[in-house]
Amino acid sequence: MSLSNDDRYALYHYMRLSRAIEDGAWALAGQGRMVGRLYTGHGQEAIPVGCATALAADDVMAPMYRDMGAHLVRGMEPWEIFAQYMGKRGSSNAGKDSGLHMGDMKRGIIGMISVLPDSLPVAVGVALAFRLRDEARVAMTFFGEGSTSTGAWHEAVNMAAVLDVPLVMICENNGWALSTPAEREFRGATIAERASAYGIAGARVDGNDVEAVHRTAREAVERARSGGGPTLIECVTMRMRGHSIIDPAEYVPPEQLAAWAVRDPIDRLRERLVADGLWDDGREAAMLAEHKGIVDAAIDRAAAMEDPHPQDVYEGVFASDGQTTDTATSDGSTTTGAGA
Amino acid sequence: MSHVISYLEAIREAMRQAMRDDERVFLIGEDIATYGGVYKVTDGFLDEFGPRRVIDTPIAENAIIGAATGAALVGMRPIAEIQFADFIASGFDPLVNMTSTIHYRWGQPVPLVVRAPAGATWASAGPFHSQSPEAWFAQVPGLKVVMPATPADAKGLLTAAIRDPNPVIFLEQKYLYRRLKGEVPEGEHVVPLGVARIARAGTDATVIAYGTMAHKAELAAQLLADEDDIAIEVVDLRTIVPWDRAAVLASVAKTGRALVVYEAHRTAGFGAEICATIAEEAFAQLDAPVGRLAGLDTPVPAHPAMEAEYLPDEHKIAAALRELVAF
Ligand SMILES: Cc1ncc(C[n+]2csc(CCOP(=O)(O)OP(=O)(O)O)c2C)c(N)n1
Ligand SMILES: [Mg+2]
Repeated sequence: MSLSNDDRYALYHYMRLSRAIEDGAWALAGQGRMVGRLYTGHGQEAIPVGCATALAADDVMAPMYRDMGAHLVRGMEPWEIFAQYMGKRGSSNAGKDSGLHMGDMKRGIIGMISVLPDSLPVAVGVALAFRLRDEARVAMTFFGEGSTSTGAWHEAVNMAAVLDVPLVMICENNGWALSTPAEREFRGATIAERASAYGIAGARVDGNDVEAVHRTAREAVERARSGGGPTLIECVTMRMRGHSIIDPAEYVPPEQLAAWAVRDPIDRLRERLVADGLWDDGREAAMLAEHKGIVDAAIDRAAAMEDPHPQDVYEGVFASDGQTTDTATSDGSTTTGAGA
Repeated sequence: MSHVISYLEAIREAMRQAMRDDERVFLIGEDIATYGGVYKVTDGFLDEFGPRRVIDTPIAENAIIGAATGAALVGMRPIAEIQFADFIASGFDPLVNMTSTIHYRWGQPVPLVVRAPAGATWASAGPFHSQSPEAWFAQVPGLKVVMPATPADAKGLLTAAIRDPNPVIFLEQKYLYRRLKGEVPEGEHVVPLGVARIARAGTDATVIAYGTMAHKAELAAQLLADEDDIAIEVVDLRTIVPWDRAAVLASVAKTGRALVVYEAHRTAGFGAEICATIAEEAFAQLDAPVGRLAGLDTPVPAHPAMEAEYLPDEHKIAAALRELVAF
């Protein structure tokens, strides 16, 4: 599976834009303009970007809070993300929840909740529904290595295996679960090796090599789509910031950060593009300027949006009679709303 | 001897003392050792007590609560920390089916404490870091449920909880952690479970509350004293299982008016139990219908405008009391 130049540009664009948005959000939070706490995927951008680009338009993904790039790939606009971050009335959560808990069935995005890893069993059910309806669609979900310690994780992976559903499970092994290092979360050498114990396909990939991540995810997506069952992919990476913006992460050894700093996924792809004659300083400067413009405009647009009204709190606890789920359809169009 | 410390420091003091006095006591939870917990409640414990007694676990609430149960059954006194009360849900099953029924079924005490930061922050913690889940547990025979409102009670009730031969859910009010300071006895301090605190004496009406809402009720009572010359009695339940019916009924008999305040969702919240008891047992003494002020029947929203609408506070309590007194 070789990647076209356009594919590689796209991977680079999404990773860069993802970083630009999170840098923008970091500054915004510093100014006290965010509702809720900021968690970012600094250093992990290759994983959501490399994996989400392996999906088709009508596939469904259940991302985690570090997966900015996956949202962008699925068509989430930067202003929508900032609107969510500012808790605006017209945002995905309308100010009711915060952070990257953005659900949007039209774009095939299951919004996560804080409780880990509750999206994983849900993704099993999404994949099960696809199988029950004989649709050639795939579900993909993301979780940290720490989340693989939970009972919910084991139940879901085993059930995905036994029911043989078209699901791709992406573990972002970034070395840390808040203050707990991976070796205090599990004893096996890898997460990927668990796949064989569950009787499913598994793979372990350099999570900072976006092209390798993408190829591995594509293989798994194709396997799932063609009836080959679920795959567990472990992407090895590093959390380059604190757990959240308020965590100085003094527990992380500086040598570890230094060792990973030179493996930055964005720098690595850029160096390859340069080596292949596809990129230069001029194009880099142009992309940075373009992204800065996108982020600035997105923040301005979001800031100008209406804030929630106190009375909004009462709205939406229950769906109304006849309301149906928005779904992406196989031709990429969407259906919406009551009875549609 | 007493000193002025925060609610959080009072919790720390109770645990430190219990661990010094009783080597069966140990701490188990996520990010509690090196990191000292997400609210730093166990900061310094690893240094003082070492990794055998301050145990970081994988993310595994079900196993934390189940393992604490097992250790308790063979003579230990575990204190399990669940990072946020909302996440006790991931360990709900052992607690409500296994741990809670062991003594009833085969007579073995299960002396353990599950500590968890609970309640809203008034700072946009959102639907999964703001809940007040005490009613989940109050429904389960065999579990005790504690919600302290002051630093002194945080210390005294936690000490009692650790010594109690039963599983105790200790819901720390994260809103009060660093905000509230108060006089706390140094050295041993025990507040028995099931004895309410008359936080403020008064004659015109009674507010019954617990946890952060007891604190807010005290603020409201002060507002009414200052602005309306109304004398409110504040009964802080301190523990909701067991709860001090006698103290509540005595106060209501004195004032003839009762307002029950709680932060959790209104419907089937623990306050509904208090209202029902007052209606059953003190109907003849009431000069007004029992009042109730609670969180809304919605998830706890993140945005401050909606969060403020969701949460009871001293102003809403004061307004409800004015109405109650005017009835
Ligand atoms: C059931 C549950 N327990 C605890 C937490 C608190 N918590 C939030 S993130 C986190 C660490 C997660 O680590 P990992 O799964 O490796 O993801 P990462 O943050 O490293 O991306 C913890 C313990 C939670 N959200 N859910
Ligand atoms: Mg991790």
